[in-house]
Amino acid sequence: MYEGVVQRLIDELGLLPGVGPKSAQRIAFHVLAADPVDVKRLAHVLLEVKEKVRFCRICGNVAAEEECRICRDPRRDPHVICVVEESKDVVAIEKTREFRGRYHVLGGAISPIEGVGPDDLRIRELMTRLADGEVTELILATDPNLEGEATATYLARLLKPMGLKVTRLASGLPVGGDLEYADEVTLGRAFEGRRLLDV
Amino acid sequence: MHVAHLSLTDFRSYAEVELPLEPGVTALVGPNGHGKTNLIEAIGYVATHGSHRVASDAPLVRHGAARAIVRAAIVHEDRRALVELEINPGRANRARLNRSPVPRPRDVLGMLRTVLFAPEDLAMVKGDPAERRRFLDDLLVARAPRFAGVRADYERVLKQRNALLRSAAKSGRTRAGALPTLDVWDSHLSRAGAELLGARLELVAALRPLVATAYSALAPSSGAAEFDYKCSTELPDTTDREVLAAALQAGLAAVRSNELERGITLVGPHRDELALRLGPLPARGYASHGESWSYALALRLAAYELLRADAGDPVLILDDVFAELDTQRRARLADFVAPAEQVLITAAVPEDVPPRLAGARYDITEATATRTP
Ligand SMILES: Nc1ncnc2c1ncn2[C@@H]1O[C@H](COP(=O)(O)OP(=O)(O)OP(=O)(O)O)[C@@H](O)[C@H]1O
Ligand SMILES: [Mg+2]
Ligand SMILES: [Zn+2]
Repeated sequence: MYEGVVQRLIDELGLLPGVGPKSAQRIAFHVLAADPVDVKRLAHVLLEVKEKVRFCRICGNVAAEEECRICRDPRRDPHVICVVEESKDVVAIEKTREFRGRYHVLGGAISPIEGVGPDDLRIRELMTRLADGEVTELILATDPNLEGEATATYLARLLKPMGLKVTRLASGLPVGGDLEYADEVTLGRAFEGRRLLDV
Repeated sequence: MHVAHLSLTDFRSYAEVELPLEPGVTALVGPNGHGKTNLIEAIGYVATHGSHRVASDAPLVRHGAARAIVRAAIVHEDRRALVELEINPGRANRARLNRSPVPRPRDVLGMLRTVLFAPEDLAMVKGDPAERRRFLDDLLVARAPRFAGVRADYERVLKQRNALLRSAAKSGRTRAGALPTLDVWDSHLSRAGAELLGARLELVAALRPLVATAYSALAPSSGAAEFDYKCSTELPDTTDREVLAAALQAGLAAVRSNELERGITLVGPHRDELALRLGPLPARGYASHGESWSYALALRLAAYELLRADAGDPVLILDDVFAELDTQRRARLADFVAPAEQVLITAAVPEDVPPRLAGARYDITEATATRTP
């Protein structure tokens, strides 16, 4: 245990994803030794990101304004929505340049172990987007693991009465993993080879 | 196949040990508690990525060390492979094949195939159904490593579904809300379950004649060793995965209100039983100690026969088994195992090893192995 504020810094850093107690300590001592100007810049950007960045009112992706760049872009196909778990999946898919439609970010996947059910995801918002009939195809690009598959099955069943074309990315993605870990070529191919979901 | 070399770092009582091995019989002899079983446990770990004695990896790491390393040089049909496993309790293990890292440890499953006989085997006959399910599933993985994935998938779905049932059982609120997602988990559980179930049913059919033969050779005067696979729900007589999945799904639907009440999954391969019989009586609760031992040996010998038919001799490991058997059964068991490409035996007293299995010998004292000519 360190004294007062040093220990508090270590504790706070330890709450970050992927940072264990050892790394938290290392980062804390790095900060202690660093130039005050650099530390101020880091503190500033941390505050700024919380103040300025928000989630797109339409798709739930991170955005600098009320609506994200993709939702505002008139060249994007308004008839196709790609449903993903997280904003980082949008980044991964954008890199492939295979997809010209718009996105919907759920904010996770169904996982009872972690206490996440459909109500905890942005599913109601998705249904609202689909209400006016402009969207005709939905691509379910949740992660190729059990929770992602379960979420896709749930959505496909929920959407079935609406008569949309509902597709799932082709297999060939590394099973059990995260979408973001697939390389661009594999992910691009999975998009091209997407198949109709039959539930 | 055979293990040509075993080397351990911080595994169990061994800080460091090098053990060159040859085809044929090798006996590891030494006083109680000096590290014989630890050596063969390490070889078993290379084959199954688990211990035959403990469920978790933590006890495998030498007291005070952070991780253990097991390396085995394996010779199969003139090809030599070096498998290295780093055991990191609480974190992911790491594996290397011929000195190159592989993406997942699972990728080196199947490089070494073993059949291990140990005093713990008695639990297959006398213990809970979970012990017999494990026997079947371990054998599925040994025959086709991809079943490690099938098994893990099933366990994951089961965990998710149980978590949902538990929260629904606790709060009446979510009960109605949980239903649509429960339907989703039902279909995922049925599909993963059917894969496992179908493979088990095929395996049981293949084992049946082999177990009967082995048992009657070991204990000729006793009743016949037979068994049935008892599923937690009614099954049609087929191993067609689609049909099995539909049967599981129907079984789940039938017990749903009970499941919501109790908060656990009541239908699926995790609730099934391999019911062993000796003559007209169940083995569990009826068989004598000696009969139970012979039954356990017969199950292992049948596994050995199956693996051998698949892809040549697996390595046979006999941990302390002869001490438990009378002279006649010792001799019979020796006859079965003597022809195998490699047999590794542990014994506290050298006289316990039947003469038919004379071979190389290591003396094991205080976690060091010394070759005795
Ligand atoms: N993680 C560990 N760290 C250090 N020592 C350990 C560890 N696990 C087990 N041991 C020691 O290893 C010894 C047991 O070794 P092992 O089971 O191989 O004995 P054995 O030679 O097979 O004996 P027996 O003849 O009784 O079966 C015990 O003395 C135990 O204390
Ligand atoms: Mg022992
Ligand atoms: Zn948007």
